[in-house]
Amino acid sequence: MKNTLYNKDIISIADLSREELELIVAQAQSIKKTPRPDLLKGKIIASCFFEASTRTRLSFETAVQRLGGTHIGFDSGGNTSLGKKGETLADSVKVINSYADAFFMRHPKEGSARLASEFANVPVINGGDGANQHPTQTLLDLFSIYETQGSLEGLKIAFVGDLKYGRTVHSLAQALALFDCEFYFVAPPELTMPEYLCDELRQAGVKFSFHDDLEAILPALDILYVTRVQKERFDPTEYQHMQSKYVLTADLLHSVKDTFKVLHPLPRVDEITIDVDATPYAYYFEQAENGVYARQALLSLVLSEESV
Amino acid sequence: MTGRKLKVEAIASGTVIDHIPAGMGIRILNFFELTKQQDRITVGLNLKKSTGGKKDLIKVENTKFTKEQAQQLALFAQDATINVIEDYKVVEKFKVTLPEAIEEVLSCPNTNCITHDEPVSSTFYIKEQQDKVALKCHYCEKSFHQSFFKELV
Repeated sequence: MKNTLYNKDIISIADLSREELELIVAQAQSIKKTPRPDLLKGKIIASCFFEASTRTRLSFETAVQRLGGTHIGFDSGGNTSLGKKGETLADSVKVINSYADAFFMRHPKEGSARLASEFANVPVINGGDGANQHPTQTLLDLFSIYETQGSLEGLKIAFVGDLKYGRTVHSLAQALALFDCEFYFVAPPELTMPEYLCDELRQAGVKFSFHDDLEAILPALDILYVTRVQKERFDPTEYQHMQSKYVLTADLLHSVKDTFKVLHPLPRVDEITIDVDATPYAYYFEQAENGVYARQALLSLVLSEESV
Repeated sequence: MTGRKLKVEAIASGTVIDHIPAGMGIRILNFFELTKQQDRITVGLNLKKSTGGKKDLIKVENTKFTKEQAQQLALFAQDATINVIEDYKVVEKFKVTLPEAIEEVLSCPNTNCITHDEPVSSTFYIKEQQDKVALKCHYCEKSFHQSFFKELV
């Protein structure tokens, strides 16, 4: 497969074509099957986290090391010239750019990764820019869906939880829209999918519907993508009422397809009860592990001309 | 006919912006800072349209709108026409059209957008959806209706 991602910035899922998404998934699968500790040999990757992160930072840094590269960087913006001395992000990027072969970054401001890519000559990978994009999460989600379903094409996928503010839901829906999937949105009215995204899906000819009863739609689904609802958005009574309607428990899973899987970007709070973990449908911890393979795939593709 | 002419006086050379939705005329004057220049400006507000309803109209002497300005004008008045006047005659007449993108002039309504802190100018991509116009920020990727921009209200 031709590697069109070589030297490319990975900022927003909308920048990637269907073929590029398939290439990343194929590369992740290949690296998971056959580890490649040579692909980043001699490469230095900057890991720039201007904001706290657990899974994204650790899996990126693991990915670099598993490919034979080394990383430099920081895990909090407070310890940088930008945080302490008022340096602009643009200036910080120009400097980091001269030290590393690529860099991945997380920043609390929306648009920061796009801006960084305009001031850097080396590839920039967005590890989350405020409430905007988190493309590598979407890539590991796609890889997990492909791995469990054998395809990304024509699947029935439900999203439950905070669909209004959840950037992982927005990006994944945008990506899966390229694969003729059908969506079921399950959320309280206050947290339903934003209208502008529904417009985008309509324009792309995607089939989607809104639901209130999670149990009723489960038998039709291939994937249930659960997200956390932030308690602080509701008063305690509202939250309790909502929680009872949208929490996934093991006894709801009595008539799902054999190949059905539950995904969650983590961290989980109480939207999936722990008795689900022991069912064959829980896939969220494997999904988190897949974060390393998806990020290995991405790093190797932006830094070498050939795919494996 | 004479009565109509007296309402908004003819100009020798310059630009006449016609078919502006009633209420938008003053916003257009402010946005393009037309009142800051020394040339004579004639503004008609709430003029009767021949097809019924009301419209605003602006005549600016000795001023030609650039293509870029004409496109920006479409953000306020999608059906506006620009008449270029020379020697009291209309020598060119065209309808404004929305640009694909608008650069520099608008500030992102998203207060958490990186453009508010960094040395970059804004770019918004313009999308028409049914009757609505949405402007999407190149950086934060959020889409907004015109009414969210302080420069456009």
